[in-house]
Amino acid sequence: MNLEVDVNHRQGEFVLRARFQSDGRLTALFGRSGAGKTTLVNMIGGLIAPKEGRIVVNERVLFDAQQKISVPRHQRRIGYVFQEGRLFPHLNVRQNLLFGRWFTPRLRRVVAFEDVVSLLGIETLLHRIPVTLSGGEKQRVAIGRALLMDPEMLLMDEPLASLDDERKAEIYPYIERLRDDGRVPIVFVTHSVAEIARLATTIVVLENGRVIAAGAASDVLRDVTLFPAFGAGEAGVVLEARVEAHDEEFGLTVCRVRSGQLTVPRIKQPTGTVLRLRVRARDVIVSVEEPKGLSALNVLPGRIVAIEMGAASADIAVDCAGDPVVARLTRKSVHELALQPGLPVHLIIKSIAFEGDIASVPAPEI
Amino acid sequence: MSTWLTPQEWTAVGISLKVAFTAMAASLLPGIAIAFVLERRRFWGRGALDVLVHLPLVLPPVVVGYLLLLGFGKRGPIGAFLAEYFGIVLSFRWTGAALACAIMGFPLLVRAIRLSLEAVDQKLEDAAGTLGAHPVWVFFAVTLPLILPGILAGMVLCFAKAMGEFGATITFVSNIPGETQTLPSAIYTFTQVPGGEGGALRLTLVSIIISVGALSASEWMARRVKRKLSPQ
Repeated sequence: MNLEVDVNHRQGEFVLRARFQSDGRLTALFGRSGAGKTTLVNMIGGLIAPKEGRIVVNERVLFDAQQKISVPRHQRRIGYVFQEGRLFPHLNVRQNLLFGRWFTPRLRRVVAFEDVVSLLGIETLLHRIPVTLSGGEKQRVAIGRALLMDPEMLLMDEPLASLDDERKAEIYPYIERLRDDGRVPIVFVTHSVAEIARLATTIVVLENGRVIAAGAASDVLRDVTLFPAFGAGEAGVVLEARVEAHDEEFGLTVCRVRSGQLTVPRIKQPTGTVLRLRVRARDVIVSVEEPKGLSALNVLPGRIVAIEMGAASADIAVDCAGDPVVARLTRKSVHELALQPGLPVHLIIKSIAFEGDIASVPAPEI
Repeated sequence: MSTWLTPQEWTAVGISLKVAFTAMAASLLPGIAIAFVLERRRFWGRGALDVLVHLPLVLPPVVVGYLLLLGFGKRGPIGAFLAEYFGIVLSFRWTGAALACAIMGFPLLVRAIRLSLEAVDQKLEDAAGTLGAHPVWVFFAVTLPLILPGILAGMVLCFAKAMGEFGATITFVSNIPGETQTLPSAIYTFTQVPGGEGGALRLTLVSIIISVGALSASEWMARRVKRKLSPQ
């Protein structure tokens, strides 16, 4: 295990009782704001001491209340990328990057400066000072600074939250490279389903200071009962799919899921790659008969497993040959179609629904 | 150059500069240390220390001078101790004037540094900690550079206060030409004798030049530091 956490903490009204372990290359701490994600990473990084409990990183005990162990933050060797970057304003980019290196014993310096700089694409920024950088550039420098201290683990606390979609898209590939490079395990805090679907190998779901689910990303993402934690607009499932063919003429890619094929806008990955496709509940249409004469290319057969009624809408959980898919309909439709558990249905998903969402990502091997 | 000031006036200017620089230099390190503990540490007696540091700001300078005379005079407890074991005599010496000026300027120095410490984002210090920096290194590599403008401002205030200090100085070390007669004491002396207006006026002019010079120098340094931190 590269991370074991078992902590009890109280901060005013807020109570955190979290216990999980992870061996993933990128462990996502997922939950809404106020769920306790940042408090948890602050505990791992040594910025907050839990009242009780134990934290172990790579077999090294960093905190143990019973044994009265609490390694001070400057001896933890845990890189921390903060939400706001926190670059030192009086130092230029190069000096910021090398800050942690001054305190790293020579023998432990493994990562090469040039490698990190080129990995993050910040060669041209080295002589700039932080105030002149854009948000995305700042975060890349902050990631580089944390990497160059040769950390045992990298903590990232919503490092993309303050950036617009374009800047986010600019940084995702760097985080993916780090994850797939596999040298440093990453703990990544986020409240975005898109981000966990894209990045996580292991997911820990937090709600009101408690862990409500933890495990391999593919398992947690399929767990329909976790739905409420994902929030209204974000609700959806993530399916694993394999790239089958590319249709150059129409700019499309055909992927295979368990119950059939899904056609999505052309993606770059070669055939055979395993992807994650994110299907939002609001993008799914339910039909009780096999649909004909439809513009939608994606029709998946399945069987209703559960119906959860909300105020105006209803979430229909459908089992498509083992893949769970959820559709969000109006209660009126549920009534008119006489939908009920056990009923065979066809799900219709527009190909265009996958666009822009970057639902397509190589599923990292665990 | 020496034609427009008399030798006695030159001596007074020299003593004043010597006293002010010494006072400023001697209070710098204690000033930073006390500003730091007052701003960042919670400890028993913090309130009392705060009051003690600020006392010279509100007490009449003559009272401070008299207290110094009582404590550091030849027969005062501290003065007697210093004279006996170290051979250091402060009363009626220019070093005593420097002590009086340092104490009077100290609250201004501490306040300026505290204000800039308050403005430092402690999250940056946390970040430096996670990067492996021991708290002492965090102070020297992050905190100190960020409060530099405040330190400069405090030093200038302290220097200006020392240049102008009169009450505490004259009470503690008197007004001995060539030893403890600073600019303000010399001006005061000139105003007490017939025909002294010329000298008083000349020294007043010198005072103004030195003060304006110090102020511009600090402004210039502060601007340089600031420009480095935020070029826009």
